[in-house]
Amino acid sequence: MTDSKYFTTTKKGEIFELKAELNSDKKEKKKEAVKKVIASMTVGKDVSALFPDVVNCMQTDNLELKKLVYLYLMNYAKSQPDMAIMAVNTFVKDCEDPNPLIRALAVRTMGCIRVDKITEYLCEPLRKCLKDEDPYVRKTAAVCVAKLHDINAQLVEDQGFLDTLKDLISDSNPMVVANAVAALSEIAESHPSSNLLDLNPQSINKLLTALNECTEWGQIFILDCLANYTPKDDREAQSICERVTPRLSHANSAVVLSAVKVLMKFMEMLSKDLDYYGTLLKKLAPPLVTLLSAEPELQYVALRNINLIVQKRPEVLKHEMKVFFVKYNDPIYVKLEKLDIMIRLASQANIAQVLAELKEYATEVDVDFVRKAVRAIGRCAIKVEQSAERCVSTLLDLIQTKVNYVVQEAIVVIKDIFRKYPNKYESVIATLCENLDSLDEPEARAAMIWIVGEYAERIDNADELLESFLEGFHDESTQVQLQLLTAIVKLFLKKPTETQELVQQVLSLATQDSDNPDLRDRGYIYWRLLSTDPVAAKEVVLAEKPLISEETDLIEPTLLDELICYIGTLASVYHKPPSAFVEGGRGVVHKSLPPRTASSESTESPETAPAGAPPGEQLDTVPTQGDLLGDLLNLDLGPPVSGPPLATSAVQMGAVDLLGGGLDSLIGAPSFVAPPAAAVPANLGAPMGSGLSDLFDLTSGVGTLSGSYVAPKAVWLPAMKAKGLEISGTFTRQAGSISMDLQLTNKALQVMTDFAIQFNRNSFGLAPAAPLQVHAPLSPTQTVEISLPLSTAGSVMKTEPLNSLQVAVKNNIDVFYFSTLYPLHILFVEDGKMDRQVFLATWKDIPNENEAQFQIRDCPLNAEAVSSRLQSSSIFTVARRNVEGQDMLYQSLKLTNGIWVLAELRIQPGNPSFTDLELSLKCRAPEVSQHVYQAYETILKN
Amino acid sequence: MIGGLFIYNHKGEVLISRVYRDDIGRNAVDAFRVNVIHARQQVRSPVTNIARTSFFHVKRSNIWLAAVTKQNVNAAMVFEFLYKMCDVMAAYFGKISEENIKNNFVLIYELLDEILDFGYPQNSETGALKTFITQQGIKSQHQTKEEQSQITSQVTGQIGWRREGIKYRRNELFLDVLESVNLLMSPQGQVLSAHVSGRVVMKSYLSGMPECKFGMNDKIVIEKQGKGTADETSKSGKQSIAIHDCTFHQCVRLSKFDSERSISFIPPDGEFELMRYRTTKDIILPFRVIPLVREVGHTKLEVKVVIKSNFKPSLLAQKIEVRIPTPLNTSGVQVICMKGKAKYKTSENAIVWKIKRMAGMKESQISAEIELLPTNDKKKWARPPISMNFEVPFAPSGLKVRYLKVFEPKLNYSDHDVIKWVRYIGRSGIYETRC
Repeated sequence: MTDSKYFTTTKKGEIFELKAELNSDKKEKKKEAVKKVIASMTVGKDVSALFPDVVNCMQTDNLELKKLVYLYLMNYAKSQPDMAIMAVNTFVKDCEDPNPLIRALAVRTMGCIRVDKITEYLCEPLRKCLKDEDPYVRKTAAVCVAKLHDINAQLVEDQGFLDTLKDLISDSNPMVVANAVAALSEIAESHPSSNLLDLNPQSINKLLTALNECTEWGQIFILDCLANYTPKDDREAQSICERVTPRLSHANSAVVLSAVKVLMKFMEMLSKDLDYYGTLLKKLAPPLVTLLSAEPELQYVALRNINLIVQKRPEVLKHEMKVFFVKYNDPIYVKLEKLDIMIRLASQANIAQVLAELKEYATEVDVDFVRKAVRAIGRCAIKVEQSAERCVSTLLDLIQTKVNYVVQEAIVVIKDIFRKYPNKYESVIATLCENLDSLDEPEARAAMIWIVGEYAERIDNADELLESFLEGFHDESTQVQLQLLTAIVKLFLKKPTETQELVQQVLSLATQDSDNPDLRDRGYIYWRLLSTDPVAAKEVVLAEKPLISEETDLIEPTLLDELICYIGTLASVYHKPPSAFVEGGRGVVHKSLPPRTASSESTESPETAPAGAPPGEQLDTVPTQGDLLGDLLNLDLGPPVSGPPLATSAVQMGAVDLLGGGLDSLIGAPSFVAPPAAAVPANLGAPMGSGLSDLFDLTSGVGTLSGSYVAPKAVWLPAMKAKGLEISGTFTRQAGSISMDLQLTNKALQVMTDFAIQFNRNSFGLAPAAPLQVHAPLSPTQTVEISLPLSTAGSVMKTEPLNSLQVAVKNNIDVFYFSTLYPLHILFVEDGKMDRQVFLATWKDIPNENEAQFQIRDCPLNAEAVSSRLQSSSIFTVARRNVEGQDMLYQSLKLTNGIWVLAELRIQPGNPSFTDLELSLKCRAPEVSQHVYQAYETILKN
Repeated sequence: MIGGLFIYNHKGEVLISRVYRDDIGRNAVDAFRVNVIHARQQVRSPVTNIARTSFFHVKRSNIWLAAVTKQNVNAAMVFEFLYKMCDVMAAYFGKISEENIKNNFVLIYELLDEILDFGYPQNSETGALKTFITQQGIKSQHQTKEEQSQITSQVTGQIGWRREGIKYRRNELFLDVLESVNLLMSPQGQVLSAHVSGRVVMKSYLSGMPECKFGMNDKIVIEKQGKGTADETSKSGKQSIAIHDCTFHQCVRLSKFDSERSISFIPPDGEFELMRYRTTKDIILPFRVIPLVREVGHTKLEVKVVIKSNFKPSLLAQKIEVRIPTPLNTSGVQVICMKGKAKYKTSENAIVWKIKRMAGMKESQISAEIELLPTNDKKKWARPPISMNFEVPFAPSGLKVRYLKVFEPKLNYSDHDVIKWVRYIGRSGIYETRC
């Protein structure tokens, strides 16, 4: 039987003919007709006009015919929703068929008909099928829930299908479990916050059991789901790893890669000292190597992933260099990837072998590959210092081949070698100069010009060489023009006498005859430098250059960590996070590796500790870049206003300052905020003594008080948003002075210097009291702790919320903005104890509508402890009463801007260990009450 | 997950198109044709991203199979699925060609409906599929209820690859140890890389649900067993081989292999690949190639190649072929060889030297003079490596099958009643010597 004849009907009036055949009485003829319809559909002809006739064929006992009609329906139902309803009855009937294959077929197809009206009819049959006695029907129904969710998410939730789906995770049949996991994972992805896949040790155990029994595809679904779980401690991580490792011997590469993903992720939690950690590392290498004997397409996927793995854990494959040697018949995409990994694995131990291979590759046919091989030699030279000499001589050999693109590529990399090892290999310059004429690519020309300029003093005819380039100046690309300009200026600074004419020529070419603003600007800068201060020009132009390092091509650590969580998926193939190529909300959930835990009883990480202002809340208040740009213009860059700030005085300031050097100072020196340290208001220092003495007379015996409560550091600026700079911090108040304790971490690959900080105007006039001093440059992965003293003498602008603070931090890379909330208690001054009489009078004086009431539940302290705890944060108990077994505390506090807050605290003993507090606050400025209450809660609960 | 699957012929005409997800528009099928099939340059990646849609493709002869998605799918799974799809199609109608696909398009749609649901791969074992997807008219209405539930439980069950109630009059099994030995050698005779990738292919004709246990001279197993008797270790230790890594058919209990390193399974009926393995140590390289290339001026090359066989003299290697690449500007070649036949093939730019049989520990030689046309092409000739093909009747890795035991407790045949055949074939993989 051949079906190909169906493809060949091209007669006119075809549709009409088909219509007649479809309505024929003969079954065979009908079937033939439907086949023709499907064939036309496949090649892209529009056969939607036949809809009613095809649907009429649906009620048949012939399974083959039925499947064909279903196929047609799936394709065209959407364009003919009203007619699709005609099919519903048959579907519903088929869902009751005694044959499980037909029941499953009906529910599967119905899910594929994406017409809203049909979904209503689908619910009942689907519900039945989810509980069908036959596993084949159940596994089909499980996927159908995901289909329905895609059409109408609300309906799925309302009908309770999600719960049924969750129950299927405990099904006795492994394939049902696998499909339920796949469906739930997909649904959960579109609701990142919902706790759909409620993974806990029990459900994980079920999944691990099903893992041993289900099909290869099911194993992939389960492993991918497991990878999203974060074990509670290292012991659990290890036990999961132990049960996942057998999958590394599976014949299906996707199972292997998904298992590798789980292991790579959970290894993060294991201590490196553990024996098991070493065992696991050893177990990872062989399966990864075996992936390279798969078909080329899979090899490609594997290589892209190995590239990530060797960056994350170079130790895994360090002995496996040979397997990455390129084979002559490898497809080009495999060759290029192998080359990349070879460079990553190159070390002193294997460099000889690697170089011999690379030299071999440089004689291949594919131009891209050859170029990459030549470039790789250069990268080896930079990476393995001991090999530099050998690399250079290999490159010289290659230059001798005179193959044009090889020569050009070699010159580009030799330039980099010069920059890594200055004054070492300059002897080769003569050879390079011989090839000057053959260079026709901008990058190579620019590199050569750079070399000539940089080493002008050693090249006798440097001026002639550069002059020869100058002839066709306007035809060169910008890259070459810029390089030529710089090189000639260098030459002039080195040999001023002979080259004056040349430099004038290039400067005029660059400034007068060029339309390129970059080139013109650079030309003018040089011109002015040379004309005003040649010594300075020398210092600038001939300054020592930073050495280049081999890490330039590594993936940024934060991105790498994220990609490790996506091993095996497209993200790992593209080396991009899913958000970069997936549309809409799907798959953009940011994943990260679990934090390393030294042991099971390790302390909770700062992120999970209840902080004064939880990170989530902060994110909400971070303004967008656009907002901040506006705000930046309002940043008060002038000297801080001394004396007690007036709430309205500073409204117009700042904007005026803008062009008067304010921004310049932000970009330039870090000294733009330079109030003297003594600017801490004098009225804070003086009464400190009395405050302290008060403190002691109330809380005799508590000698260890050192200052107000300090929240643990929270991440304020994640590295993702600040080109690798991560800032976390907290606020402290000690002995009357406020400071901002910062922790700066460099998660980028380059050194960071020139730090400076600036605050936007805020409600309480907080401002840095000293410049941000980071003493040494911050090298990659390094962290510094800095305590930045703050004053409240800055200018005031009411912010929303009241205690938010917008901060700009600058370093040599860029200026970054973030926003945080400060706990109000850092503003409680030490002389905030009010006299009893004054308290009573003030309490009465403040109108009742200014009173605010709050509840603090489950406070683990009694009245005594509450009082002393609060006092350490400068909330003073003025009086204390006991009414009907309840303690009443009357308290006062004063803010840095002189606002008094009065409080009545009723302590109700709840159960023996916890008390409930009722707090009434009275204040003339009632908007602070909310924040004072938060301060109470923070102090009492930590 | 997979959003759609397309099959094209070499011209880019659509033969099969099945869309599973709404996010794949009707233009996706054209986007792939225009950007990949009709693209002028060579394929630079098997994964292509066109307008935020990712295409995965594999090619079988001149047929393109492409899977499409808009999500962050498991890329390895998509390729594994495409290969599996090819296997399934081949099992149903043989070679994957335009003609066969057109002739079986209804069947392919039916298969695609079954093995991919909403883009999630389902059971794709041909053995199971053939029980209920048949285009030859065996339709399920003729089946009894028991038969139907047997089908569904097999498709979804733990042993999805085998059905119950198989009966053979003669219980028989064939084991083929197929190895391909790969070599990359420098012109100076230094081994740059060498490994054997092997497969154990089993053909089983066994009744019932037989429990099988496979044993080979795996170093780890032998050392474990040999602990008790030092004598045995010294005897067998020499014979054992170190397996670098191995993967198994899904019927093998992996957790058991992980804990005890024993290979136990219930086999599918008929032929399947039981395991794949790789060894890198102590490989017997059956042939050594010694090249000598001399450039005489710009218009002549002198090539001399010696091959030496390196195995027991009693064994015979077959289908020996040595391929010596020649430059593109070759104008004429004179060849003299001691044994076999050698010919210069213009279309392949190579001298092909064929020898039917060669015993172990022998040596043979070919010499050729290649005349070149003068060119002004500056680029040097890349000198591709000399490659070799052969087949030898032993396993170059040294692997030996120690036993394959069969237990079927429910039926009355024992391990002794099963007729077993074992065969070793070593073939050349990529066996290259640079010159």
